Amino acid sequence: MDTRTADELHVPQQKTSWMEFVKTHFRDYGMLLSLLVIMLFFQVVTNGTLLRPLNLTNLVLQNSYIVIMALGMLLVIVAGHIDLSVGSIVGFVGGLAAMMMVRWGVDPVTTTIACLIVGGLIGAAQGYWVAYFKVPSFIVTLAGMLVFKGLTLALLGGMSVGPFPVVFQRLSSGFIPDVFGGEGFNYTSLFLGVASVAVLIYFSFRSRANQLKHAVETAPFGLFLFKNGLLAVLVIAFCYLMATYRGLPNVLVIMAVLIALYAFVTNRTTIGRRIYALGGNEKAAKLSGIKTERLTFLTFVNMGVLAGLAGLIFAARLNTATPKAGLGFELDVIAAVFIGGASATGGVGKVTGAVIGAFVMGVMNNGMSILGIGIDYQQVIKGLVLLAAVSLDVYNRKK
Amino acid sequence: MSAILEMRGITKTFPGVKALDNVNITVKAGEIHALVGENGAGKSTLMKVLSGVYPYGSYSGSIIYEGEERRFSGISDSEALGIIIIHQELALVPLLSIAENIFLGNEQARYGVIDWSSAFARTRELLRIVGLNESPETLVTNLGVGKQQLVEIAKALSKKVKLLILDEPTASLNETDSDALLNLLLQFKAQGISSILISHKLNEISKVADSITVLRDGGTVETLDCRAEAISEDRIIRGMVGRTMEDRYPKREPKIGEVIFQVENWSAYHPIHNHVQVVKNVSLNIRRGEIVGIAGLMGAGRTELAMSLFGRSYGQNISGRVLLHGREIDVSTVGKAVANRIAYATEDRKTYGLVLAEDIRKNVTLANLEGVSKNLVIDDIRELAVANDYRAKMRIRSPSVFQDTVNLSGGNQQKVVLSKWLFSDPEILILDEPTRGIDVGAKYEIYTIINKLADAGKGVLMISSEMPELLGMCDRIYVMNEGSLIAELDVAEASQEKIMHAIVKSGRR
Repeated sequence: MDTRTADELHVPQQKTSWMEFVKTHFRDYGMLLSLLVIMLFFQVVTNGTLLRPLNLTNLVLQNSYIVIMALGMLLVIVAGHIDLSVGSIVGFVGGLAAMMMVRWGVDPVTTTIACLIVGGLIGAAQGYWVAYFKVPSFIVTLAGMLVFKGLTLALLGGMSVGPFPVVFQRLSSGFIPDVFGGEGFNYTSLFLGVASVAVLIYFSFRSRANQLKHAVETAPFGLFLFKNGLLAVLVIAFCYLMATYRGLPNVLVIMAVLIALYAFVTNRTTIGRRIYALGGNEKAAKLSGIKTERLTFLTFVNMGVLAGLAGLIFAARLNTATPKAGLGFELDVIAAVFIGGASATGGVGKVTGAVIGAFVMGVMNNGMSILGIGIDYQQVIKGLVLLAAVSLDVYNRKK
Repeated sequence: MSAILEMRGITKTFPGVKALDNVNITVKAGEIHALVGENGAGKSTLMKVLSGVYPYGSYSGSIIYEGEERRFSGISDSEALGIIIIHQELALVPLLSIAENIFLGNEQARYGVIDWSSAFARTRELLRIVGLNESPETLVTNLGVGKQQLVEIAKALSKKVKLLILDEPTASLNETDSDALLNLLLQFKAQGISSILISHKLNEISKVADSITVLRDGGTVETLDCRAEAISEDRIIRGMVGRTMEDRYPKREPKIGEVIFQVENWSAYHPIHNHVQVVKNVSLNIRRGEIVGIAGLMGAGRTELAMSLFGRSYGQNISGRVLLHGREIDVSTVGKAVANRIAYATEDRKTYGLVLAEDIRKNVTLANLEGVSKNLVIDDIRELAVANDYRAKMRIRSPSVFQDTVNLSGGNQQKVVLSKWLFSDPEILILDEPTRGIDVGAKYEIYTIINKLADAGKGVLMISSEMPELLGMCDRIYVMNEGSLIAELDVAEASQEKIMHAIVKSGRR
């Protein structure tokens, strides 16, 4: 019957050259490259303002809530859905936190926990209709967007409520305290940066060793070193810059932990794998024994919790809750996920992509503001960048 | 009588498969010409060549229609000349009215503005001809299948049809509607419209056909003239089947043990039309190491039976019992069915079997992620080892297990699907059309895998529309028709003729 030899069946390990590898993995690195190019561009045209420690800190603070929501939105979009209500949830949860702390005198810790639970419940309420009633998520969350925008107005009585207890403000405006007591230089921040680089490099060496042991196609060693080296230099340089100002913001640490957590969940856990399968082919996933309804429901609950967290961070940053908080955030979040390479039909998308996408939007916002470009043309440019990024991706995929 | 259509030496190949091999057919003007053959004999492919779905250049041979050689580049070309095809799956838009459907793409319009009064008047006229007593404004979704069929025919008439092609028009019709439709064909014949009728219902063909062309394995077997002498159903069946069993199936010494799997009085109803019973009181059993086949025509309810068994993935109001080793098991969800060691490889691997955008590795472990994970964390290395193991065992041809399944050939895709289910460690495997759309070489490999599974003591339930395949592979064959099991044949006594006879007999009732 089959006369093919084992050699044909087990294609031998080929030495992949740098160029070839970069070419085949262009999509993985393309986004990162674009981000670096955009940063470089603004660094030059703003005469170096972009990467000043103060501005860098601002950049992180301004984008933290978008990044955090992009993590949840990525899962929603990978599962084949969309959530338009996150901006309104940010406003509502921020307003609720303000009322609890300022008007009802609840302590910040209880408030935080309660608000995250409320976020989860809102996600559950919407996920229920999407998952079990099969109402299109676009419709359900469009309704949610209107409902919670209205409820925010009602809750705050149309007024701004603040300021918050100092402890709560630290959520956004606090920095990691320096245990080493450096004068004008935050050694703890630098130390954290170096430590996380060490951990990252340890893990990538371990995974490479594993890949080699099992004859998996791996990046050429030179490229591997280059990649890790570049990452190490970037992270340490970033932490150094931050250390010369006030150190790492608390919110950056929260963000970094969440990014690591979600990257792990999507790449390495059964639930992550199942979400991708659900978005890639719901019928096949269902016939493979995956509880597709429950999984869809949970992605919305998760989105709700993260939107709640974003609402708290945003309120803490402004030190006041306003009825307009969160307006239009859903658009930035969704754009970030799509710029990051997620597919609108589901099943495709990466956490790192979404984070990079969020920073592409963030750097452009920040850079254009420094340049004094009005909010009008900022939006035009952001819209065009979104279209260009996704068109390029679609074009690449067709090839 | 002159010929309206002559197709000469038509050969059409798909990657790895020769679907049509030097097919010849001549349809005379004003006759009803029946086209018969088993599933996969090439009937639909031939009609797609004729109607331009497969454009000129994608096949070899020539089409002579009304005395001229024609080179159609699309359906619109053939339709312009009066060749209209009505497919088995009706191509109507459910939420548009009868009139809108009839003139869809051919609107009664001037400068893009539709003249509704003229459209309605013409629709009424057409409906009268086909004998459909409905208002032109009725939505198609509110019509039964039989009436929808008539709307399709009215639509064909609106295009000044000269050659009408009907693909299994009566498959989903009841007796009365079928008769009405056949009478309509006879009426058309009297008006000089020729038709090609594709049907499995040989009694209908004997009733109306003037000549019959028999296809088998993509080639023309013979053309029978019914005007000269009456052609019996037996005669047609002989033509359809008459091939010797070649050495296409790997040898196997069956080692059959005790009954391990039983289904008792299994019934299921259509998921939308809850009064239509799709699976009717089916009882069957499978023994250890046995390969059991289910034969039947398309629409017999075989897939529906399998899917309703597998976690109620099809239908509603499902009733009946499933027993494994004599103990009743719960198969009410896919998860429970898998946990009870049942696996189902679907007939449509692209829609229901694979996550095409993901690689071989991720597809193989999808139904049993617990098998490669600990505390919800996937062990990459173990997963990779599992995938590589199956890739080698199943001889999946790909550069690595990181190849996306969308880029694999049909045979290799099927091997991935089988790998997935084998990794879930089932005792009972339901294989639905396991070799559909797969070339001959890959088929042999799939057969070998199936035989190995049976030898390993698993029970295999194999659904196939290719009778030779069932006869070559199975130890026992159930015949299914219209939702019921109508016969059970030991492979030693089974033959294609017997299976066809059982189907034809039960269909006649």
